[in-house]
Amino acid sequence: MQYLLTIVVATFSGLMARLYMLRRDYRQYPSYPQGWAIHLFIGFIGALLGAILVPSLIEAEFAAVSFLLMAASQFREVRNIERSSLEKLEHTELVMRGTAYIEGIARVFEARNYLAIWTAFTAGVVSEAAHQFGLWVQISAALAAGVLAAGLLNRLMRGPSIGDIADVKMTDINFDGPILVVGGVNVMNVGLTDARQRYLKQAVAVEIIPRDVDAKATLANIGQMQAIAHDAAAMVGVYMDVGEQEYTPLVRRDPQSGKLVMVMIPSEDNQEAFLEAVSNVPVLETAIRKPARSVAGRMMDGGS
Amino acid sequence: MDVTATNQVLAVITTARDRVGGSAPIFYVDDFSELEQVAVYLSRVFMAAIHDLGNGVYIIVKH
Repeated sequence: MQYLLTIVVATFSGLMARLYMLRRDYRQYPSYPQGWAIHLFIGFIGALLGAILVPSLIEAEFAAVSFLLMAASQFREVRNIERSSLEKLEHTELVMRGTAYIEGIARVFEARNYLAIWTAFTAGVVSEAAHQFGLWVQISAALAAGVLAAGLLNRLMRGPSIGDIADVKMTDINFDGPILVVGGVNVMNVGLTDARQRYLKQAVAVEIIPRDVDAKATLANIGQMQAIAHDAAAMVGVYMDVGEQEYTPLVRRDPQSGKLVMVMIPSEDNQEAFLEAVSNVPVLETAIRKPARSVAGRMMDGGS
Repeated sequence: MDVTATNQVLAVITTARDRVGGSAPIFYVDDFSELEQVAVYLSRVFMAAIHDLGNGVYIIVKH
């Protein structure tokens, strides 16, 4: 049982990394005690695998490595479960998340288990390497490596938010007959006089102006637009009831400039909170486009 | 399974009898206030949005 210490310390590091990542996303994603229990346990299995990998490599038990393959398919299952449960809950949301956002969330949950494996593996390697310097050095070096690995991986995994790729600022709301116009973009037809009055009195609107061609292409993604509507509504709170479709927060695109406008009636009028909420919406991994990395894209950029 | 008619005209409400026709249910009303009232009731029943076509015709559409 000479590897017991390494396995315990590495597994602990991996589990703590998973816990840290669960904490970080508490605001963004739905997370219940049961959800926590599920993800922590799966994270524990991942961490244990990463930890056991080190002794099995040292002992040249390469068959043990093939168990990783089995584990990988289990973790892929995590993505499916997360996706299907969020899809089932989708119609219970006042403002839909959209399939692109759900896919993004499901991917993150899968990826975080792999991060737990990497963290545990790193801690295990360091623990074995520091074995000769005595017990306390071994433990503290392994834990430090675990913290470092978790922090680094987490940093690498952090995607940009809307505020990083675009300028977000408040804009004006007015009506052209029944058409709601926000920042010069026609948004929708509001039939009811009462609803129009409410929009003029209580609604807030932002325009999201892309900083470059890449941002412009990314913001043109419908899934990204829906994600902005959902997250802003989730963070600020929306003034609407079931079936009141005229108060649904909407994101629309200006075909001319590629800017997005978003209008919603918040439950409380706080423009700064609303700006902050929109700026902090994550850019979806599936929405990211990089036309500027192609020749044609660069030619378009130079021409405009 | 739930079947809902989305992006279809569920009802037409109008004061102008000569402007409308066709297959959607049509509600004739006498004046603007009645039109708005009927539109609100129908939109609540259908859980749908009210749109103003600008010529005295309102339609109810579920999105």
